[in-house]
Amino acid sequence: MNLSFQLNGKPFEIEGEEQETLAEVLRNRLNLNGTKISCEVQVCGACTVLVDGLPVSACTYLAYEARGKNVTTIEGLEKPDGTLHPIQQAFIDEFAFQCGFCTPGMIMAAKALLDENSKPTEDEIIHYMDGNICRCTGYVPIVKAIRRAADEMAKEKRS
Amino acid sequence: MTAEKKPDFQVVNHSVPRRDGRVKVTGRATFVSDLRLIGMAYAKVLRSPYAHAKIVSIDTSRAEARRGVYCVLTGNNLEGLNPYYGHAVKDHPLLAIEKVRYAGEPVAAVVAVDERTAFEALEYIDVKYEELKPVLTPQEAMEKDAPLIHQRKFEAGALRGFEGEVTAGKGTNICQEHHLKWGDVEKAFKEAAAVVEGEYYFPMTYAYAMEPYVAIAEVSDEGVTIYSSAQHPFMVRHDLKSVFNLPVSAVRLIVPFVGGGYGSKSYTKIEPLVAACSWKAKRSVKLQLTVEEAMLTTRSDDAYTWMRTAVDANGKIIARQARIYMNTGAYAENSPLVVEKSTNRCVGPYAIPNVQIDNYSFYTNTVPASSYRGFGCAQVTLPGESQIDELATKIGKDPYEFRLMNAAKPGEEFFPGMRPFDGTLKEDLEIAAKAVGWKEPLEKGRGRGVACSGSDAGAYPLTSTAIRVYADGSASLMTGSTELGQGSHTVLPQIAAEELGIPVDNVRVVSSDTAITPYDRSTGASRTTTLMGRAVMEASREAIQQMVKMAADVLKVKVEEIQVIKGGVRCGEAQLNWSEVISKYYALPDGEVIGRAYIRKDGDFAKLPVFWEVACTGVELSVDEETGKIQMEKLATVGDVGLAINPALAEGQDIGAATMGMGIGLFEELVYDGPQLVNGSILDYRVPRFSDLPKKVELHLVQNQDGVGPYGAKGGGEASLNSMPANIANAVDRATGVRIREAPLTPERVWRALRDKKT
Repeated sequence: MNLSFQLNGKPFEIEGEEQETLAEVLRNRLNLNGTKISCEVQVCGACTVLVDGLPVSACTYLAYEARGKNVTTIEGLEKPDGTLHPIQQAFIDEFAFQCGFCTPGMIMAAKALLDENSKPTEDEIIHYMDGNICRCTGYVPIVKAIRRAADEMAKEKRS
Repeated sequence: MTAEKKPDFQVVNHSVPRRDGRVKVTGRATFVSDLRLIGMAYAKVLRSPYAHAKIVSIDTSRAEARRGVYCVLTGNNLEGLNPYYGHAVKDHPLLAIEKVRYAGEPVAAVVAVDERTAFEALEYIDVKYEELKPVLTPQEAMEKDAPLIHQRKFEAGALRGFEGEVTAGKGTNICQEHHLKWGDVEKAFKEAAAVVEGEYYFPMTYAYAMEPYVAIAEVSDEGVTIYSSAQHPFMVRHDLKSVFNLPVSAVRLIVPFVGGGYGSKSYTKIEPLVAACSWKAKRSVKLQLTVEEAMLTTRSDDAYTWMRTAVDANGKIIARQARIYMNTGAYAENSPLVVEKSTNRCVGPYAIPNVQIDNYSFYTNTVPASSYRGFGCAQVTLPGESQIDELATKIGKDPYEFRLMNAAKPGEEFFPGMRPFDGTLKEDLEIAAKAVGWKEPLEKGRGRGVACSGSDAGAYPLTSTAIRVYADGSASLMTGSTELGQGSHTVLPQIAAEELGIPVDNVRVVSSDTAITPYDRSTGASRTTTLMGRAVMEASREAIQQMVKMAADVLKVKVEEIQVIKGGVRCGEAQLNWSEVISKYYALPDGEVIGRAYIRKDGDFAKLPVFWEVACTGVELSVDEETGKIQMEKLATVGDVGLAINPALAEGQDIGAATMGMGIGLFEELVYDGPQLVNGSILDYRVPRFSDLPKKVELHLVQNQDGVGPYGAKGGGEASLNSMPANIANAVDRATGVRIREAPLTPERVWRALRDKKT
């Protein structure tokens, strides 16, 4: 089956099988290992990527559903000059990860949140992010990082 | 070691950003699950549907005939290997041999060209079982006519880690027992002014490291090379050496980033199986478990504890006695050590003159239990810290004041024969109490708790390291400590940079490759900062000593004339930085100096434990009496860490551990219905999520430089978990007047307890 979609801003065309998930295509066929697989039942959020700007669990989202759409993965956030996305930088600044296995999915979910709501309250962050599990941090620094990223993105917009 | 009071630290004691930050936020951090070797095959595992059964026959011919299948392994075709492994007790076959001992046990493995082919072939393996009566709890295991789960006698593993004799396989279902006794318990209870007594249950829990177990093995005439998500590569090496009967030098374990461990990736898991697959298939093989399979691989020991504690008329604790039955599951794994540790940890950080603890772990037909963050401490701190509150209430004392009065004091040998207490519990408790507003009035339906734990931590002090200082003044640190997320790749370079006086960014870390990095016994028991940190400090100093001699040679002066300054040396007017020392010595801008350090049970580390791991937690919660649901209002952690090499990382460990402890207190529990695990999926096993965050969180560190680690550091990262389930139970009692003696305190359990109180 022919699969063509926009991936991190560039057109991609590959052969895949009908039953392949988006995560399998990304990891096994495109060597994009940033998208992590954990629960495989759409509970933990580690495999979160954006399809047309909305977060999906790549572990259960069939690759063919992404045909003709825009897929954004963790590999697509860094600018070509190596500057990190404000969310990535905020995760470093706030120590918002430990083992780092949930981090790509966590950052993609946070991006979807901030793209939709540039000034979320703490409750809104908690509500939106509830589909992403982190076993290391106790979530406290992640909430801080998302708030910090929101502030940074607002500053970037103003300047 | 007397800690130097150095208020002018340049690099340590600063929250420098994580060294693995950039790779982890960009998705470029490599975990074993991301690795692929050229020509690699894939394995999948067939698991037993029965908890206890004889394997009558296995026919693999249909599976082997399938296209793309390289081979099928069973317990019947492992000739040439020593298939039983175990660092503590060699009771664990890499595939079931003759019988299965738990539902989910690996019975066969298919190696195929890809994962799907391997998976599809599993259903073509024909296994005939003859069911045996399963034994599921310690109570069933100790019955007189209970079926024996293990019939044969076992060798002790070479790195067993516990003190007693191996009990396993000696004609009962007891896996290990441990006893502790001092004073005269019977007399003390007779003379006591007040006694509390009760039975408690601590559940089976699953660590849920988000990266499930994964390993790649390459077995050839050259030896065994394994990429694994193991916490303790050197311990796994030892098991592999024994399975393949090879010299240590022919076994290589490589561990890249690990996606969470929390003890669940301690010791050997799937490595013998994947290595056997590679050996049989004659090519490299990857075995990636799913989370559901990981849940069938390791869990924590659940524990049934009877405990009583007594005070005298002055409110001084005079005696504690406990009897613990732990459920070890089908194989010993690290449970013998968990038994020993949980026995010791019953004493808590209190000075108690009369103690008797009798602890037994039992084999059952359930998933094997092993290490879990805190090593048996949480299991016994639920009863221990519950009884402190129960006893305080009984004698009309404030539980916080009662703790202050009985807590072990700095320097006190509160545990006979062990290292004197190296924490400041009074200070810790005061901070925790203040953080949750202990003395302030409580709203209706709310309760508070302040609790603590003290663990004999640090495991065994055997650690070595090397630091290579290069001719440009940068350095590489060779460490066998594994980066699990705890931040060792940040903390260890901080120590080297502090000693060498060079920027922390100029220190690289090479880690956890047993062929390259010097021996480190384990990455667990909160030991890395203390032991590896101390080794890094000493290795850096040894490198400096060598460079001082080199500088004397270069400057043609006596060694005594060389003075060490930040980042180099001085002699009179002449100053040389490390780069100049090395370059001038070798007369080339190249070459290096290797500093080394070896730590063993001697000197500062002669007395165990390496340190007492001490922490307090404070909670305030509210209970919805209609539904039994608990809402966490406040959480405070106080880590008594000696010195935080990186305060942000130390606090991160505390909040992470406290959150896991909160999960056990509120909802985490593996549930068996008969012989089957019924919630063996993340759909059904409830872990804390964003919405479970306590409304207010405070993190505190106490830094008195009273540890034997570098600059007086001690370990942290487990202790904040240990007291949380008891703390939650204590706060629920204060909120509702109902005492619940089992975790987790699910809404149903709380609701039932409230209903029973009313009727």
